[in-house]
Amino acid sequence: MTSPDIAIIGGGNAALCAAITAVEAGARVLILETAPKSYRGGNSRHTRNFRCMHHGPLGPLVDSYTEEEYLADLMKVTGGKTDEGLARLAIRTSEECLPWMEEHGVRFQPSLSGTLSLARTNAFFLGGGKSLVNAYYRTAEKLGVQVEYEAAVTHLELDEDRVTRIDYTQNGQMHTIAPKSVVVASGGFQADTDWLARAWGPAAKNFLIRGTPYNRGVVLADLLDQGIEQVGDPTQCHAVAIDGRAPKFDGGIVTRLDCVPFSIVVNKDAQRFYDEGEDVWPKRYAIWGRLVAAQPDQVGYVIIDAKSLELFMPSVFPPIKADTLEELADKMGLPADALVQTVSEFNDACGDTSGFHPTELDGVTTTGLNPPKTNWARPITEPPFYGYSLRTGVTFTYLGLKVDEHAQCSVGNRPVTNLWAAGETMAGSILGQGYLAGFGMTIGTVFGRIAGKEAAAHANSN
Amino acid sequence: MQIQTDFLEEARRQAEICNACRYCEGYCSVFPALHAERAFSDGDLTQLANLCHNCRGCYYACQYTAPHEFDLNLPQALANVRQDSWEELAFPRAAGKAFQKNGVLIAIVTVIGFALLFWAARALSSAGGEGFYAVLSHNAMVAIFLPAFLFPLFSIAVSLRRYWRRVDAGPFEPAHLVKALKQAANMRNLKGGHGDGCNFEDEDRFTHARRAVHQAVMYGFLLCFASTSVATVMHYVFNMPAPYGLLSLPKLLGVSGGLLLVVGCFEMIRLKLRSDRSLGATAAFGGEMAFVGLLGFVGFSGLALYALGQTTVMPTLLAIHLGAVLAFFLLTPFSKMAHGFYRLAALTAEAGRKG
Repeated sequence: MTSPDIAIIGGGNAALCAAITAVEAGARVLILETAPKSYRGGNSRHTRNFRCMHHGPLGPLVDSYTEEEYLADLMKVTGGKTDEGLARLAIRTSEECLPWMEEHGVRFQPSLSGTLSLARTNAFFLGGGKSLVNAYYRTAEKLGVQVEYEAAVTHLELDEDRVTRIDYTQNGQMHTIAPKSVVVASGGFQADTDWLARAWGPAAKNFLIRGTPYNRGVVLADLLDQGIEQVGDPTQCHAVAIDGRAPKFDGGIVTRLDCVPFSIVVNKDAQRFYDEGEDVWPKRYAIWGRLVAAQPDQVGYVIIDAKSLELFMPSVFPPIKADTLEELADKMGLPADALVQTVSEFNDACGDTSGFHPTELDGVTTTGLNPPKTNWARPITEPPFYGYSLRTGVTFTYLGLKVDEHAQCSVGNRPVTNLWAAGETMAGSILGQGYLAGFGMTIGTVFGRIAGKEAAAHANSN
Repeated sequence: MQIQTDFLEEARRQAEICNACRYCEGYCSVFPALHAERAFSDGDLTQLANLCHNCRGCYYACQYTAPHEFDLNLPQALANVRQDSWEELAFPRAAGKAFQKNGVLIAIVTVIGFALLFWAARALSSAGGEGFYAVLSHNAMVAIFLPAFLFPLFSIAVSLRRYWRRVDAGPFEPAHLVKALKQAANMRNLKGGHGDGCNFEDEDRFTHARRAVHQAVMYGFLLCFASTSVATVMHYVFNMPAPYGLLSLPKLLGVSGGLLLVVGCFEMIRLKLRSDRSLGATAAFGGEMAFVGLLGFVGFSGLALYALGQTTVMPTLLAIHLGAVLAFFLLTPFSKMAHGFYRLAALTAEAGRKG
């Protein structure tokens, strides 16, 4: 094909927002999506909501959610490791994004069952992230955006402060194009487990990747190698504890397990290692990703009894079930004597459980146990007993391209005149660590639209 | 009563994955019902299957469809269970098994219907009758069609009773039926939750095409049925036998209904041909198409009879039309036509569960 005005590398939310904005500004736009059509959309396929500032009710959102409150929520989860300027830009712009999303085909629904706590802050996509991705592809193609699937970008040629060409392969053929503007929206590198292992150590080989297998960081590595400015700690990734039986890639939302607060968690030697009742699960699942990663073989085992089975969201795989702890240990490959002893020590340390309340910090705690269980501590006595294995599931990586408020990349201390980045690949510019539900889609939408606008302005004036 | 176990097992496997995800909660009645359970009995799955209107919104929105190893295709899984439930719950069961999936058998029954009516017209013509009754006496028509109408009603009543037990629905309450009728009247479950319609003829594009076409068929049929009912009342209560003039109630209802039915069935067939068959009960495709064809033909032959009623082809057309009507009536409990009754039962049961 003849070279388009703008090439967008990636096919998820940020890429699509950039493509739609750019084509509406009059540019000829090409999307290079490395995945086949059935897997298009990167990690956006697995998302479900968009965190949005708003003054008064907006779409599916109730009440108000102010800039200051939003920023405070963000600062809390990142421990202050946040670029406040860019964060405020994302937060402030989110309010105008919601109607824009609706205009471009995205449909929202009231907060899902079990997520009422997010009804004020997060707008849920009807059907989830893949339906958002589908709607954007429909809109983009109708507006004239050309989409190439299974188009794997291998190299961006950088000539001083300008990208002069893009090489990509498709169906075994090499293609080269020379667009006027380039937007990189191709995610992080978490699906490249060798890269993860280099950053994390060999333990990372045992991690599961919760999202797309196509985020291998090829373009990211290519650009960093050429001196494009980077941001974010390479050893940081967002990881949570998920069902150990989840697929290696792409398990997504269903692999979450919400039973830890009602359980004891042991390692492969049947020893407890952390306070399972420290806080409500939505505030602790990320910590448990790291805790499990630090255990031998990077695996944990959750043990509950019959009285706790229905206190949490159903799991995608049924729990392992046994009438005795010995049988459960046997089925889960744990040393039976050690498990029985651990459970019995735990049970002996439990006290008055009459104040047990599954949805709030109830202070039902163990005494004299190390580590303690400080809430929801009820003895594990009532057969049948149930078990799940836990593994570390990586959601995304923080290492990425550093951008300014125009979503523009830089080399040395000057901007690259025709290179912008949006979405996960530059999220490290805002988030240093931690994560706030729905903020990834906010970053992708806000910076996707900025990148699309800037890239089109550049293309149109050259 | 055993619905094919592998269909149920597959539906159960998929429902359990859906229950851990819940992204589709806003699309239709299936998901709130599904999310209310932790485990799925055969009856639960039969109920979910009959709540599903095969709008396919959940399929195209699903991040776990093939090539993902979870290989979700909930519309197909539920279509298979649903199709099987109609066969298993039919009375007599053998008729359900024979006709639901078999377009050829449906066509054969229709041809037998024609033949029977031709024979009847020849053997039972009445010298004294007027109009259609000159071809086939009123009494002969009643003798053929009264049982052909009452038997399917009885059969469906038996099936619905079986259904109610199978899904373990609560006590029947008219208020729940009213709720269900409202949902059916505007096909809420084909609106997609957002009101943009459903996915059917063009992958993930939302349109109202299927909903509009379905309503044309449904209301067309109901108008035709109303026409016949009104005529029956006029005949017996007001002693006003057919034929009726153009501006009479039976004709106004019948002609408008017939037109809707013909256009609706024609468009439904076109939509079905464009749709992805692997998202439905593939084995039943032929049976469904034959049924829609038969229903459309009932409307078409009725209109032809109206248009050419004063000509010499009238007796032939009458036999053909009545033959098609006969086949349609007799096949109602054993063809796609049954779905309306099961859907209504499912929506009623659901209204009861929600209280």
